[in-house]
Order: sequence, then structure tokens, then C-alpha cells
Amino acid sequence: MSEILDLTAAAAAERVRARELDPAELFDAYRERAAAEQLNAFTWVADGLPANGDYSSAPLGGVPLAVKDLFCTEGVPSQAGSKILEGYRPPYTATVVKKLAEAGAPLLGKTNQDEFAMGSSNENSGFGPVLNPWDRTRVPGGSSGGSAAAVTAGLAPWAIGTDTGGSIRQPAALCGLVGLKPTYGACSRYGMIAFASSLDQAGPLTRDVTDAALLFSHMVGRDHCDSTSLAFPGELTPPRAQDLNGIRLGVPEELTGEGGGIEPGVRESFEATLKVAEQLGASIEPCQLPHAPHALSAYYLIAPAEASANLARFDGVRYGLRVDGDKDLLTMYTHTRAAGFGPEVKRRIMLGTYALSSGYYDAYYGTAQKVRTKISDDFRAAFERFDFVVTPTSPWTAFELGAKTDDPLAMYLNDFCTVPMSLAGIPAISIPSGLSDALPVGFQLAGPAFSEQRLLDAAYALERAIGFDGSSARR
Amino acid sequence: MTSAPTVAGVEYEPVIGLEIHVQLKTVTKMFCGCELSFGDEPNSHCCAVCLGLPGALPVVNERAIQFGLMIGLAFGCEIAERSLFHRKNYFYPDSPKGYQISQYDVPLCLGGEVADVRIHRVHLEEDAAKLNHIGASGRIHGADRSWVDFNRCGTPLVEIVTEPDLRSSEHARDWLRLLRSTLRVLGVSDVNMEEGSLRCDANVSVRPVGSTEYGTKTELKNMNSFRYLERGVRAEIERQIGLLNAGQEVVQETLHFDPATGNLTPLRSKEEAHDYRYFPEPDLVPLLATEAMVAAARADLPELPADRAQRFQRDLGLSAESARLLGFRTELGDYFERALAADGDDPVALANWIPPLIERIGSDQDPADSKVAPESLAALAAMVGAKEVSRDAAREVLTKLVEEGGDPREIVAREGLGALSGEDDGLAALVDAAIASDPDAAEEVRGGNRRAIGPLVGYVMRESKGRADGGEVTRLILERLQTG
Repeated sequence: MSEILDLTAAAAAERVRARELDPAELFDAYRERAAAEQLNAFTWVADGLPANGDYSSAPLGGVPLAVKDLFCTEGVPSQAGSKILEGYRPPYTATVVKKLAEAGAPLLGKTNQDEFAMGSSNENSGFGPVLNPWDRTRVPGGSSGGSAAAVTAGLAPWAIGTDTGGSIRQPAALCGLVGLKPTYGACSRYGMIAFASSLDQAGPLTRDVTDAALLFSHMVGRDHCDSTSLAFPGELTPPRAQDLNGIRLGVPEELTGEGGGIEPGVRESFEATLKVAEQLGASIEPCQLPHAPHALSAYYLIAPAEASANLARFDGVRYGLRVDGDKDLLTMYTHTRAAGFGPEVKRRIMLGTYALSSGYYDAYYGTAQKVRTKISDDFRAAFERFDFVVTPTSPWTAFELGAKTDDPLAMYLNDFCTVPMSLAGIPAISIPSGLSDALPVGFQLAGPAFSEQRLLDAAYALERAIGFDGSSARR
Repeated sequence: MTSAPTVAGVEYEPVIGLEIHVQLKTVTKMFCGCELSFGDEPNSHCCAVCLGLPGALPVVNERAIQFGLMIGLAFGCEIAERSLFHRKNYFYPDSPKGYQISQYDVPLCLGGEVADVRIHRVHLEEDAAKLNHIGASGRIHGADRSWVDFNRCGTPLVEIVTEPDLRSSEHARDWLRLLRSTLRVLGVSDVNMEEGSLRCDANVSVRPVGSTEYGTKTELKNMNSFRYLERGVRAEIERQIGLLNAGQEVVQETLHFDPATGNLTPLRSKEEAHDYRYFPEPDLVPLLATEAMVAAARADLPELPADRAQRFQRDLGLSAESARLLGFRTELGDYFERALAADGDDPVALANWIPPLIERIGSDQDPADSKVAPESLAALAAMVGAKEVSRDAAREVLTKLVEEGGDPREIVAREGLGALSGEDDGLAALVDAAIASDPDAAEEVRGGNRRAIGPLVGYVMRESKGRADGGEVTRLILERLQTG
């Protein structure tokens, strides 16, 4: 067993493809661990490997996949971490999950998450918080906390999550994983229970960059069911870069300066990683993203505004929870939504509703959209001089459960360095850059739209040079 | 148009604008692949998208865009190269997503006109589900239970908004008829008001004649026939004028027209107090109307009713009134052109036989569905033209044609309705009898007063039961009195 556990997903896939490993044995090994887990990472675990499929010829080799709860999976609970969807089993499967299954990554289980992906600690789940495998008194990050914890603890070989303002990258950072937030439109959103439609993107959470590249290469593509999806330009190949010669890295002062509240240990790891990059041949210079400090404010208007509409459908009429009122439509609506949504979701629905209200729209939503455009322009200008912009992924390492639950604004600061890329729709990857007080630190690289191949190559070269070892979390 | 209603000395002018929702006759729904249906088993045409299931996303129906472009081009609208869909947020069980996807501040078509009414805008959106309320109230409030049929949900709609250019209830009714014909000719909709594929709301206000400012308007809903539109608008105009004359003010509100009673009742304020919180639909990309798309839509445009009316007037010499009747009512124009193809010698005379025909078959009926073949009507008109049958007798023949169909010549022969001519002894005898019956009149005519001939001609027409031709009778009487 431990031998199987030590294999990366890509290595396991190679073994299956070489007929050196039985895919059923691989699946069962993880299934048993997932079913017995103590982290509350899974909300549902599959019974066994789907019978159909010759995994030895499949590119993903039958390596089982953990899937964030909010991806619709036919006949399987898909609750988006919310009590309002408790027990909801959709009649169809999300495009990305379907594509991965077809490429040979069968569904291992559904992972816990912050309710409707609203959160940075996984404490907002309707099904209880997820524990960080590195220290079970701490959070795994969020909102894709279940996926991150599952891969970190070796309960799943790899996982997919979604990132709206940092929900893949931040938990990856806090758990010592690789997490990729793709270019907006690279992966279909069809079947992803929406949080903020103009920001949501699916992406991989994996042990290493090679796994991320392999999984990602089978997630991309234009989907006729998602008007905002695009054909991925060019081919995605396994990352091979050995150095960073000629690569220009920009360090945005606005995100890495004093304002971001970066912990000393995180800063130390970040600067050490910049040195590693330099040794690999990269040039490092400060760069400016003048509007980036306003990104969080804009994000917390745009995302809640879209969410206020996206979550309107949970009204008790057709599916999910219904709490009847006194034979009256309005009380049925209000009782259902009062009982079904958690406090953070309610807070954001209120924020978003307010931001879109007549008389406030221009001041809030309208202004936020203008800021969003400015942030995109900032990145465009930066990428004329730099290949990538780099920052710490999160200003701090995994924090203790309950440490920030009473202070939503402090919680929102988790996303200070990840939200600007989300607003700009550009790809960004977080890789582990080391430990600080025995907790993982994440290093973020962001590139222009559809620069994923180059991003993965650079991340791969850095990863090799850093030599992070996450095996101790897989006990 | 009727003259403006007047009460107590102040003359008021109604100002009316219409908002028309038209279900497009596409094969599938606006944002998903479900087939459109009418009257099928409830909830038999729905999917993840039109049920608003979590995670489902809309994809725009290209055919609906094509239809929208055809409508815009037909109205002479300015077509937006880039238009947007918005979310219109409201909670109601007919709206499974909690919002309707609709075009808002950047619609597909702006401006344009249909006949004498300017078009403000034309935009695309999706229809809501259909609610059925069980219980005495017939509404969701007070219903024992309500159920939702999602078959209609997501049906493509265009909303057509006019400028407030209509000035009477009859004007509104007639213009809506023209609009329906235009949409029918375009082939973009069934435009059936009873089935709801054409729905009309009216914005009504009144103002003193001569004023250039608008009065406070009310919105009238649920007028699902031309007659109800006319009745509803008329009732509202009268109500508003009554208020003003009583020194009261018109309150801006939405009124529900009850066709059973003809009453207008305010919708509960709860139902209408909406802040729709529009914002651009992030699940869709901007709609780009390319030159190729516009060209394809233009190529699909048939001759439109207003153009057809113009052609009838210009090329065939029809009166404006006749041209509008036949141009605006497509089925009448089609029937007329088929008759014209059978005998096109005198289009004006032929056109004049259409009103008596529809008077006999029912004014809303399509003559193509009657027993009168277009060729028969043409033959009848030609017989009148050749004086083979008098105009009055021809009307009788037409009545027979409507009842039993057949060949007008046979009916004339069978019923002995052929025109009496001067060579006919019977007619000469009738003329003599007329002169004998009214010597005073005959004397006057002999003395040079030709106007006195009326009673003599009338006698002959009466006695001949309309078979005689009036002109011929006049000629014969004059001849007899001058020579006699």
C-alpha cells in the first residue's frame, strides 16, 4: 500500500498504462483511505471503480479523482457544501468531470468545501470544517479545502477544485500542494454550481506540477454548453524545463509590500524562492500593479452581486430544501433560505443585492467593474516587461480553526494576492515553496491569458530546485 | 381614428404606447435544446437549463437571433453590432433561475417604424414558465395550490416597444393587427393572441389637446385579443378623463384587465414593486450581429404588409383604404392576388368585392377557407364589369356563392339574375309602366328637369328586382320621354 501511496498520480497512471498496476487495486487503496478518513475531507465516497473502461489505454490510467462537491455528478450527491442542497443528486455530470472520466480518471469521491465556495478556511461548510493534515487544529484553506486536504493526506491521488478569488491556490498553499487557476474560459463551467460566473474556474490540486499539467491538459477545451469557454490555443505537453534562463519575474510592490500583512515566515520563504529563481537564471525586478490594492474591494462587490443572482434559484420550489410557510409563497421562500444558507452566504447575498440595487448600482457594481478593467490593464502593462508576476499565494500559513471566523474582513484578506488575477481572468499557479514553523508556504506565479504551458514549465523548474517534500502529511 | 373624447369642456387626447411580447417560432428554446410545444403534457419539454438546475448554463439560440434581426430589418430598426443580455432578478415560481435573461440597455434593435407608429426598441428575452392556480382566486394569493409547467419556460421572445404614437383605442387595435400581419408574413411567430404567442400590454395616458407634455401613464396588462385591447384601452381612457374632470389625479400603476367584466383592477403593489437589479449576464458573451448574419436575415425578408399596401395603391390604382385592407390583412391580400391572377382586367373593381365578401363570411375569417373560390369572385366581378349582371344582382349571387360555392355564371343562369338590357322587351315594358305610373314626374323630365327621373328609375329597379342596370334604365327612360 505505501508503495502505491508514494506514487504521484502521473507515475501511477504510467504504471497502469504499462500494466504494472491493477487500476482496481489502485482505486481500492484510495477508496479505503477516503472512506476511513478523519479530516472531514469527503462528503461522499464511491463504492468502487466503474466497471467499464480499459484504463491501460486511457491517458489518465484509471487514477481516481477527488471532485469538489460543487461539480454536478449524475446520481451522486452534489451539494456545494450547503444544507440547502443536502442530498441533491443532479441528473447530469459537469463537463470537466465527464471529460476527466473519459480520459481515465474515475470519480473517487466528492470533497467538502466552503458553502457555495464562499470562504477561505473551509469553516463555512454546511457539513462541518475540514482539518489540515499538517496540523489538525488548523484550517486547510478554502474554499476547495476538502480537495486540498484529501490530496495532502493521501486520501486521493489528485483532485479538482474551483477558484473564484483564490479557492484553489490558497488551500494549495496552506496544504503544500500545487494548485492551478486556469485562464477564465479555458475549462468549461457547465455543471459547476455557480458562485460568481465571471470568475469561477475549475482547476487541479495535485502533489506536483507534473500531475497538475497532466490533469489540466484533459480539462481544457471549448464546450458548446458554456458560451464563455474557449478552445485552448496550442498543445499542452508535460513540463520539462530545467531552468528559468531568460525568464523575467516581476514582483508587484503593491501586493508584496507592507500593506498585504505578509507574515515574516511567509516573506522569508518568498524571498528564498526568488533567490532560487535567480539561480535558475531568472531576472527579478519590482513591478507595478497600481490598482491591485483595490482588487479585494472590487471583488467583494462583483462576486457577491453575481452570487446574489446565482443563488436565487435555491427557493424551495423545485429541488433541495423546502421549509413551508403558512401556505404562503413569501414565507416558504424566506423560511427555506433562512434555514438552508449559512451566515457567510447570507452576508454575501445581502452585499450583492445591495450593490445591484437601484440607486447604488453605479456607485458599487459599476465602479467595481471599472476597477476590474484597470486591474486587467495593469497586468497587460506588466506582461509587456515581465513573463510572470510572482507573489506569496497567501499572506500567512494555515491558521487555527476559529481564529478568523469572527472577523470576515480579516478572512477576506486571505485572498489579497490571489484576487487580482481572478479579476483579470489570467492563469496563476501556487507551488509549495517550503515550510514555516512546520507549515507549508505557497509561491504564486501568474502569467498572461493562456500562458499555462509556460507557467507550468517555470513552476516545474522551480519545484525541482526547491525540492519540497510533502510526504510527512500522508501518514 | 375617432375624435378625442370630451367631457365638461376640456378636450383630452389619449396617448398610447404598446409593449408587445412575441413568442418566436423557433424549433428549440432560447437557451437550450428543448423543443417548443403548445398544449403538450406539462413538464414534458424541459431540461437542466430551462429548469434552472444548479450548474446549468444558457447558450443563445442562433435561429432566435436571426428572427430578431428579421423583425428589426422589417421595422427599419438600427441593428446593434454588439448587444448584451442582462439578468432581470425577481423571485417567482415561474422563474426557475430567480432571474429572466433579457436584453436591457443595449438591445438588438433600436428605432424604426411600422406604418404611422415609431418603434422604440426590439429586444430578445426568454419566456417564463406557466403557473396554474387551483382555487377560487385564480391567482397565487389565495390559491389552494399552484403548479408550474416549465414547457413554456425559455421560449424565445421578442419584446417590441412602440413610441407613444397611438391616439385612440381603435388606432391601437388596428395597428396591432398590422403588426400581427407583419410578423406573420415574416414567418417568425404564430402570433396567436388566444394561445399567448402574441401578448400586448398598453401604456395609456391622456393630456389636454395641444399639450406637448405627457400625462401620468398607467400600464394595462392581459388584453389577450384585439377586442380586449380596444375595450381595455377605451375603458382606461374614460377612467382617466373621469378622474381628471373630477379634479383627481391619475396614479401611476399597473392594471389588470378582466375580459369577463371589462373591469380594470390594480395589481397588488407587492406584485409590482420590483427592483429588478439588472446586470450583464456573465454566463453569456456579448451578442455580435455580424454583417453576414444581417445579410442572411435580410435575404429572408418577404414582402411586408406596408410595402404590399403601397404596391396595391401605386401599381394597381387601389384606393388608400382598399390597399391598406388588402395589404395589412395578409390573408385578404393573398386571396385578392389569387383572384387577380384569374382575371386581372380591373383590379379596383375586383378589390371592391372583397369587403362584401368578408361581410358575408365573418369579418375575421379567411376567405380562402370559404366556399367562394378566388376565381369565382373574379368571374363575378368581370360579369358586373361587362354588364352581364347588375351590381345588386351580383350581391345576391355572392350570397349564394358563400352559402353553396360553385360557378357564378351557373347561379346567374339558374336564378334568372342576368341583366335586363335595352333590347329586352320586358325592360321596355317596365319603362313604359314606370312612365304610366307617375305622369307628373314624366312631365317634369319632358320639360327638361332631369333630376325628376329618380322615381321612374326607382320603379324600374324595384320591379326588375335589381336585374336592370341603372344607367341603362336611365338611358331608356330619357329616350322614351324625348321621342314620346
